[in-house]
Amino acid sequence: MEHTIESLAQEHHVGGGRKEIYRVTVILTVFTLVELALGFYLMNVTNDLMRHFIKGVIIIFMLAKAFYIVGYFMHLRHEIRNLIMTIVVPLFLFVWFITAFLADGNSFKNLKNSLDRGHKERSEQPAPVKKEGEEHKME
Amino acid sequence: MATTTATTPRMWNGGRSPFNVEYGKLMMWYFLMSDAFTFGAFLISYGTTRFATNGWPNPNHVFNSYPMSGAFKAPLVFVSLMTFILIISSVTMVLAVHEGHNMNRKGVAKYLFLTILGGLAFLGCQAWEWTHLYHEGAWWGRNPFPNSDGTVSTTNFTNFFFTITGFHGFHVFSGVIINIIMLIMVLKGTFDRRGHYLMIEKAGLYWHFVDLVWVFVFTCFYLI
Repeated sequence: MEHTIESLAQEHHVGGGRKEIYRVTVILTVFTLVELALGFYLMNVTNDLMRHFIKGVIIIFMLAKAFYIVGYFMHLRHEIRNLIMTIVVPLFLFVWFITAFLADGNSFKNLKNSLDRGHKERSEQPAPVKKEGEEHKME
Repeated sequence: MATTTATTPRMWNGGRSPFNVEYGKLMMWYFLMSDAFTFGAFLISYGTTRFATNGWPNPNHVFNSYPMSGAFKAPLVFVSLMTFILIISSVTMVLAVHEGHNMNRKGVAKYLFLTILGGLAFLGCQAWEWTHLYHEGAWWGRNPFPNSDGTVSTTNFTNFFFTITGFHGFHVFSGVIINIIMLIMVLKGTFDRRGHYLMIEKAGLYWHFVDLVWVFVFTCFYLI
């Protein structure tokens, strides 16, 4: 067989290089900093719609980071099309997986709140107030 | 496009890998894909439970401490440090793979060593955080943190947190062990004798996956 492991090792020099590694490092760092900035900003936002919007932006940055890690650090972008497809296509199951389950969770909440009066009342009980200073006690 | 259509028939004629990688690396990719589904199932069940619950603790009130923080609480600070440790260790891992392409034994050993240090630093941070939360009264089945609207919370929050970060921490631990084995093999010259450093690439894939999962865990638990 002409296609030995050694020849595969030789062929894998496409793409990459230190320059690309540093570029992706900078991108990942910047994205993380933006995410953190949004996280800090989110703490003082009370408007529900605005909160959902910021969370959505954070999730987009999360997916972008995932793309750069898988594409460049894990080298998938420089692999041939067959390999990319065999990995990426099955992951599209997550689209259904996330949509269906989160919708189901939401519907379960609404059902419990509307059909089980006791549940809603129990979940609206105030939590016992913790004494100041007892928190963060390290043995 | 033209090149794809021209090469595809030959790729599947046998005698060569249709994916243009060796067997071990392909199997590592498939393993990581199955692992992604495991983590995905964990995170989606967390999301489903959160969507099905009326209130939820505010992560900024739960994760607001760092070593020697004393009375100065600062949310996100410690977890940012953990995130950057993992990103940097991922970068040193890519550099190790890169040195492997150049058959530079010393370079591979150096960057692998740095990657191991990064992994251990991350595990140390996580051990500190778990200990801290444990002393605050949080554990599986125990949740001292009220919901963000002041109502009483369920134990789902801590159960999911410890299960998922614990499962991820276990992956980091395995990754460190794998990297240590790789470092020993590099230092013994195993890969020089073999003529290629492809094994480092496979360990690297696993390590990057651990970093990748942390990107999701970090966002889902600490940020949103």
